[in-house]
Amino acid sequence: MWGILGRRAVDGGLSASSLRRMRSGLVSARSYAAGSKEMTVRDALNSAIDEEMSADPKVFVMGEEVGQYQGAYKITKGLLEKYGPERVYDTPITEAGFTGIGVGAAYAGLKPVVEFMTFNFSMQAIDHIINSAAKSNYMSAGQINVPIVFRGPNGAAAGVGAQHSQCYAAWYASVPGLKVLAPYSAEDARGLLKAAIRDPDPVVFLENELLYGESFPISEEALDSSFCLPIGKAKIEREGKDVTITTFSKMVGFALKAAEKLAEEGISAEVINLRSIRPLDRATINASVRKTSRLVTVEEGFPQHGVCAEICASVVEESFSYLDAPVERIAGADVPMPYAANLERLALPQVEDIIRAAKRACFRSK
Amino acid sequence: MATAFSATLPLHGSSSQENRLLLPPTRLPPPPSSFLGSTRSLPFRRLNHAHAARRSPVVAVQEIVKEKKPTNPLLITKEEGLVLYEDMILGRSFEDMCAQMYYRGKMFGFVHLYNGQEAVSTGFIKLLTKSDSVVSTYRDHVHALSKGVSARAVMSELFGKVTGCCRGQGGSMHMFSKEHNMLGGFAFIGEGIPVATGAAFTSKYKREVLKQDCDDVTVAFFGDGTCNNGQFYECLNMAALYKLPIIFVVENNLWAIGMSHLRSTSDPEIWKKGPAFGMPGVHVDGMDVLKVREVAKEAVARARRGEGPTLVECETYRFRGHSLADPDELRDAAEKAKYAARDPITALKKYLIENKLANEGELKTIEKKIDELVEEAVEFADASPQPGRSQLLENVFADPKGFGIGPDGRYRCEDPKFTEGTAQV
Repeated sequence: MWGILGRRAVDGGLSASSLRRMRSGLVSARSYAAGSKEMTVRDALNSAIDEEMSADPKVFVMGEEVGQYQGAYKITKGLLEKYGPERVYDTPITEAGFTGIGVGAAYAGLKPVVEFMTFNFSMQAIDHIINSAAKSNYMSAGQINVPIVFRGPNGAAAGVGAQHSQCYAAWYASVPGLKVLAPYSAEDARGLLKAAIRDPDPVVFLENELLYGESFPISEEALDSSFCLPIGKAKIEREGKDVTITTFSKMVGFALKAAEKLAEEGISAEVINLRSIRPLDRATINASVRKTSRLVTVEEGFPQHGVCAEICASVVEESFSYLDAPVERIAGADVPMPYAANLERLALPQVEDIIRAAKRACFRSK
Repeated sequence: MATAFSATLPLHGSSSQENRLLLPPTRLPPPPSSFLGSTRSLPFRRLNHAHAARRSPVVAVQEIVKEKKPTNPLLITKEEGLVLYEDMILGRSFEDMCAQMYYRGKMFGFVHLYNGQEAVSTGFIKLLTKSDSVVSTYRDHVHALSKGVSARAVMSELFGKVTGCCRGQGGSMHMFSKEHNMLGGFAFIGEGIPVATGAAFTSKYKREVLKQDCDDVTVAFFGDGTCNNGQFYECLNMAALYKLPIIFVVENNLWAIGMSHLRSTSDPEIWKKGPAFGMPGVHVDGMDVLKVREVAKEAVARARRGEGPTLVECETYRFRGHSLADPDELRDAAEKAKYAARDPITALKKYLIENKLANEGELKTIEKKIDELVEEAVEFADASPQPGRSQLLENVFADPKGFGIGPDGRYRCEDPKFTEGTAQV
């Protein structure tokens, strides 16, 4: 990123002082919102795949409805027309088969991007994700690496019922050998997906269906075709000093709204967008908790053995003496997702729940 | 009991319908790079289309094999015969040594031996080049040896030593060798089939999309029990759909641990499942290396020509139990005796001697050489060190810091060369 600026300075003839101003501007803005461009998450993902496919002929896309249907959620729109059927494959409904084929192709040197229509369907292929993709580099002592990306929508959508609403972050993130990413904004989506495709290891890329249509401001840097975000680094979306709220994916939006409301009541919340569930950025989380002394972790998935549990454990192990309050954990209800709209709302964390937990942590409930 | 040797079908499927589907209209030029069967245009083939009509059916060759008098045109030359013999003896001696070492405590965990099935491994793998791929199951020691992984490396791996082919991290069921394109070694049955299909996919992709000169084929080995698993059917479908250069080899040894193939399968004739998906299904006597080799030659040639997959069912038998922990009580002694009488090594020895391709002395020399090789492999493995403690955490990822953070700890995107696309990753 600094490198881009440096080059611009040389090319565009910027003076050293303006360069310094740009740098400091970027540091304080923190969200690269310098540009006035907006981009939906869907377009961000589409452009990321498009650019990676044009940069490297070994990248190909495989999944149900990715080609002629333009993608079940239109993420792969236009790719079939641009790259042809030999690089964008409409597969039969055979998750185990085509995931395994993707893994085998990755063994042999290609870079597949395997789409699951939702990650719920990945359960039919989970053997290949874990046993033949995640564990292969280890079992072969480094001889065979698997540069594959498994992507698709994860977590609850709107009224899709129990079998289409599970969040798989905790399951996949518990497996050594996998990298698990969960973007929130369009910039996250672009940068992380490009990094995932270029990464030589298997990456599980958890998107969110409800975020696909949301627009986010996007900077010029993020639109550059070499833009990548580091895997394993969380992002502090909003700085604060009273309580740390860590979360990922759609819940980041809720946490930011909660932070706004809390600010009105005098509680300054620091919101961390995890971005990377495995490797988890324990350093950033702990540094933040050491600053604020309070932790609220939020996720959409089932509470037992979830991502929040891991973060709580990590903070208790490493920053116990800095904590001023018990760690708070907000997760989805411990039930399969109900269908009725009001029950579904009850089964998922809402902004009010985050606010309540933050206030509890600050001993200001009621 | 499915004997069915005489029911061998021609290699190219049961019906002319299939042939009609595969024959492109000769008046059209081949489309430049249409790859999938799912595009409406027909698949591109490297050689001329007339070839498609003139495929030699393997059944003719098999009849020749059965009817052939020993003194008539032989199926192999002396050199080939000795190579096959040596490979099978290596497989047998190695596995016998594994059993000894296991009972002495040098080897541990799950060990599945291949005794009796050598004809299948040797028959197929000795026809492959180094860049062709082999994917196997947990019964993979002999596949690795036939593919070229050294006996030392395999033995050390079984002992869990750092000099093993996977530095002791894989073990008996996970033999990987990038150099020899041995793509594993999988514990779950059926797991290797999609992986093999993917390797074949890559071979075709390299040829059609990356425009490289690649006619590598992949051979997937698996058992009769696997043929009831969903992944098998998913891959038969996709391999035929995409015309992938793969050979599906079923090592039908009639038993899946203690479950007889006949008790678990509605239609025990596995070769029939090929034509249902649009590929030839062949049944061959897996105790006869020469018959296996003839079928393999045709299947491999078919795959190399770009004509797609083949399903080969080799009826074979494992002389030992499923694994070294299996008491092997359910199999009938008479059945075992019947197959022991058809030991592939004895059969090849007889063939070589009767056809004057080799004499006893030469074969004994080979056996002695292999005995020494296996002994030396054991000594080597014994003398090798165990992996160091630091190896525990190595190789979980190819890029542990995650793309985005370089080895020096800085963000890769800070590298000034990053946007030029020349950054080292």
